[in-house]
Amino acid sequence: MAPRTLFEKIWDAHLVSSPEGQSPLIYIDLHLVHEVTSPQAFDGLRTNGRRVRQPLRTVATVDHNVPTTPRGLPIADPIAAKQIEALQKNCREFGVPLFDIDSPEQGIVHVIGPELGITQPGMTIVCGDSHTSTHGAFGSLAFGIGTSEVEHVLATQCLPQKKPKTMQIDVRGRLLNGVTAKDLALGIIGRIGTGGAAGYVIEYTGEAVRKLSMEARMTLCNMSIEAGARAGMIAPDETTLAYVQARRFAPKGKDWDNAVSAWQTLATDPGGKYDRVIEIDAASLAPFVTWGTNPGMVVPVTERVPELASFAQESDRRAAEQALSYMDLQPGMPMEQITVDRVFIGSCTNSRIEDLRSAARVAKGHHVNPKVRAMVVPGSQAIKHAAEQEGLHRIFLDAGFEWRESGCSMCLGMNPDILQPGERCASTSNRNFEGRQGRGGRTHLVSPMMAAAAAIAGHFTDIRNWRFN
Amino acid sequence: MQPFRKHTGEVVPLDRVNVDTDQIIPKQFLKRIERTGFGEFLFYDWRFAADGTEKSDFALHDPRYSKATILVAGKNFGCGSSREHAVWSLADYGFRVIIASAFADIFANNSLKNGLLTVTLTEPQVAEIMRRAAHTASYRLSVDLEKLTVEDDQGFSATFTMDDFARHCLLNGLDDIGLTLKHETAIAAYESKHPVRPEMSAILPGR
Ligand code: SF4
Repeated sequence: MAPRTLFEKIWDAHLVSSPEGQSPLIYIDLHLVHEVTSPQAFDGLRTNGRRVRQPLRTVATVDHNVPTTPRGLPIADPIAAKQIEALQKNCREFGVPLFDIDSPEQGIVHVIGPELGITQPGMTIVCGDSHTSTHGAFGSLAFGIGTSEVEHVLATQCLPQKKPKTMQIDVRGRLLNGVTAKDLALGIIGRIGTGGAAGYVIEYTGEAVRKLSMEARMTLCNMSIEAGARAGMIAPDETTLAYVQARRFAPKGKDWDNAVSAWQTLATDPGGKYDRVIEIDAASLAPFVTWGTNPGMVVPVTERVPELASFAQESDRRAAEQALSYMDLQPGMPMEQITVDRVFIGSCTNSRIEDLRSAARVAKGHHVNPKVRAMVVPGSQAIKHAAEQEGLHRIFLDAGFEWRESGCSMCLGMNPDILQPGERCASTSNRNFEGRQGRGGRTHLVSPMMAAAAAIAGHFTDIRNWRFN
Repeated sequence: MQPFRKHTGEVVPLDRVNVDTDQIIPKQFLKRIERTGFGEFLFYDWRFAADGTEKSDFALHDPRYSKATILVAGKNFGCGSSREHAVWSLADYGFRVIIASAFADIFANNSLKNGLLTVTLTEPQVAEIMRRAAHTASYRLSVDLEKLTVEDDQGFSATFTMDDFARHCLLNGLDDIGLTLKHETAIAAYESKHPVRPEMSAILPGR
């Protein structure tokens, strides 16, 4: 057989049918569901008298809307409460397992899938959320879908899909100290642009990627969508197996051995061909900060807000101008002089235990700048408890950070955690779009370490010069 | 789904690149559990000031474009969040066609499922349409999905491409869940070879 890429192997293994003149039909192993993009899909099933074909391949939780104040308090926003109730009712009616708001497994959908061992190598995974690309870190094909497709998968467990193209992003060498997977992701998007990978599935390869922990790989794959990619993936290896083994829903005993043998065949064959190849020199990357209103508008923290004349294309220049006006920044301003009002450490990009550890290491023995309000929102209840076991919450609380309950929170501000108009935020989330964190709010994307440092300094600062206690 | 064959309508230019779905429909309007009624929230933060008054400088509020059913915008339209609410709000507002030089994947997929046609033209063609829309009163385009053409009555003419199957579904307003279910034998055969793993049955409460 001709050499195949990781993507092609998973694609081929999931082809149910390739009808003449139609898009190929692929089988979906795992469908993750949350409260915001599913109510209309369940309604569609009801209208057409359809059932959920595979309830045990479907897992639901509530994350987007949930308040991050202590659990057990009533949900103040009646419309959010209604959406959460709708999911509870739909899961009951259609027999779909739900990790509800009061469950110890609750968390951001892209955090709990891996954490519970539900996400595994070689799978096809979809969710009505664009950051489903996160799960590709395990060597699965995972992508976001819209509500009509959610209904489609609920009803048929399949999706008609046009075969995407493949892109290899080969990260040579090693990341320097203080440069994280988040910076790698921002560096890639800054280079290829927010539409740079549209129509492609990215496979990340190279020494720097192999060296990343699972948490860091999830951060990298998570941000693939911000480059426009359909999905991002990394071939499973020892790091992957060590993470998955012994998780609650991981295969056990002989099943585990069989699964491992299958997963070990997934890596791209020597000679496997990609439609496009991009090489990145890891050592050339620095801690990044976004200055504009999309994740591609990004520079190293040591640099300045770009001059408008530096944009070759008229449309990009105008976009930069609009972005700077929205962000209230001047071209040429040093990034380190930008002060912040708020800091958010959380989201499916950077809310895992390792992210919290790295932020806590920065925060330890320091104090949040009195002008700044900073919050830490763990990605799941399990992470929250693990962090509390390690005493991370003490470090954050002593330093003046708020320590909240798990959920999407200020990543998209559907719950009460939002920016006020004009407030500027250092955020570990994935989108700095206009109004994403609250109308008129100004978001700068950074790594957890850079966010913690900004909270303490009151402005962006190069983490490589940090005084760790 | 509403079939799409041919549409002639007025054009509104939205001269921005990377228009993301957070702008098309801000998150505070995603809490509805229906598919309808999103049109009034379309481009909410661009259309309305914080106190709820209309921003008259936004294209959609320009009286010249009040009847527009075709939106033309810059590259990478619909990027960001997968929210289908973005498509529902555009369609509910009255748009039948979006023209841009590139679309984000998930947005284009969502559009297909709702009978909203996304037409990809080259950057110069998009710029030309924007120029004409800005300078001609009641500027109209005809978009023909059977012939794959975009034309005005002043000599502009362009062709576009589209995946054959997607086009077939749009032309006939086909429900693609129904189409997939026609492959029941193949799906069932796949499932018998790939059963749900035993661990997963423990996920349901009470088992
Ligand atoms: S944390 Fe943000 S990006 Fe992630 S699933 Fe929640 S809303 Fe989406």
